[in-house]
Amino acid sequence: MPMQTPLAEVFTWPHESPQLIGGRCGVCTATAFPAQARCPRCGRSDMSELLLPRRGTLVTWTTQNFVPKLPYAGSDKADRFVPFGVGLVQLDDIIRVESRLTENDPSKLRFGMDVELSIVPFYVDDAGNEVVTFAFAPVSGSTDSA
Amino acid sequence: MSDVAIIGAGLHPFGRFGDKTAFAMGAEAIDLALADAGMTWTDVQFACGGSWTVAQTDPLTGLLGLSGIPFINVFNACATAASAIQQAASAIQTGVCEIAVAVGLDKHPRGAFVEDPMLVNMPSWYAENGQYVTTKFFGMKINRYMHDHDITPRTLARVAAKNFRNGALNPNAFRRKPITEDEILASPVLNHPLTQYMFCAPDEGAAAVVLARADIAHRYTDKPVFVRASTIRTRRYGAYEVNTTWAAVEEDSAPTVYASRAAYEQAGIGPEDVDVVQLQDTDAGAEVIHLAENGFCADGEQEKWLAEGVTEIGGRLPVNTDGGLIANGEPIGASGLRQVHELVRQLRGEAGERQVPGDPRVGYAQVYGAPGTAAVTILSR
Repeated sequence: MPMQTPLAEVFTWPHESPQLIGGRCGVCTATAFPAQARCPRCGRSDMSELLLPRRGTLVTWTTQNFVPKLPYAGSDKADRFVPFGVGLVQLDDIIRVESRLTENDPSKLRFGMDVELSIVPFYVDDAGNEVVTFAFAPVSGSTDSA
Repeated sequence: MSDVAIIGAGLHPFGRFGDKTAFAMGAEAIDLALADAGMTWTDVQFACGGSWTVAQTDPLTGLLGLSGIPFINVFNACATAASAIQQAASAIQTGVCEIAVAVGLDKHPRGAFVEDPMLVNMPSWYAENGQYVTTKFFGMKINRYMHDHDITPRTLARVAAKNFRNGALNPNAFRRKPITEDEILASPVLNHPLTQYMFCAPDEGAAAVVLARADIAHRYTDKPVFVRASTIRTRRYGAYEVNTTWAAVEEDSAPTVYASRAAYEQAGIGPEDVDVVQLQDTDAGAEVIHLAENGFCADGEQEKWLAEGVTEIGGRLPVNTDGGLIANGEPIGASGLRQVHELVRQLRGEAGERQVPGDPRVGYAQVYGAPGTAAVTILSR
């Protein structure tokens, strides 16, 4: 039976409440996503894994209205392409992550709106497995707080 | 440290040139710069070149003359040509040579830039996920900027329309047809709020300058243009830039801000002293933002400036007088040298139909590119 596999080991999966996997510096608390060996601020090698908050706010956003060049892996290549939203999402006061958004309609995206991590189908690989990726989805009822 | 003057500038037109190689274009640009300086290749003692699409630029000596000079290569993405100028100027300043050439050349395939993300230290999933697209960063940056500082899409269209108009006056430009603001606004959205005609395109071309120690410049020209500042800065922790999976919560300024401040300090002048400006207009929004990041106006003031024509060739502060990237496209290695070529023409009063009136004395050029690298060059007569 086909399985679901993550695009990359950057979020907990499979999991009921998946989270992005970041890394936090034990010296200066700077956080990076995905996790990396050295601190992006102080350069020290004292990073430990930190599961990032699932909810955040939309700092800025745009839409991707043309097919990204290869190695874009989405199943929506060529004439099947569906524009997608891209955003910079602030997770508490910890980090901002760049991510796909599940919403691609500019009239439904607001600066400062609440968004939540979701794991969505992305493409089917050669072995027939469904590859899933991460995207932030607007939380219903969220209003412009910017 | 010795002062440095530009004594010759040459440019191969930007656009599409069939089978013509990047090297052939680079050699032509150098020949034009040498002719402008009234010298030959054998007078050149040092060279620095930059390109993305060729492995290294010094095979140019096979076309120009195998003179045995030191020839180094730089690549700094969109800041490549500005970096080549800095290295060539530095060689003169430090006494390595008296005469140096800086050259940039490139020949890109059509469409948005792409390469293996591993080559810029990004994970492969970043590209597979559709995030390795430089244009979407520019969409995100200007979208937030417009929200924060009340800039309208009409202002973006005014920037692009101005640059297309200026390009129409420039025989070397890629796009030479004016496009109306309404056409620009009605063209397909590529990355909200940016439309197709608000973006520059990768293309082909080359540009070069000949530099000399300032005290001997008069031997070659009666119109030397002096290099007053040349600065390069990379992104800091806290800046959200091209090609990144994350950013810090505490915001810092973009690298352009730091390169600009350092350049003004080096030149001993301020933005109020500048007469003609070339800014990185990868998209119309970038020109709007860069006006403020380089200290020319306050955030939000661009709305009024563009409506009043401040940045037109006849305006108070002409910007991208040769059409900028929007009309010239971007052969990455050559782009910053195109800016400097245009400033040299303007400061010498040789810019023809697009000449800035009022005898401009000080020129300013800024480039910005992935993954967050900016350079500023200030020139004066």
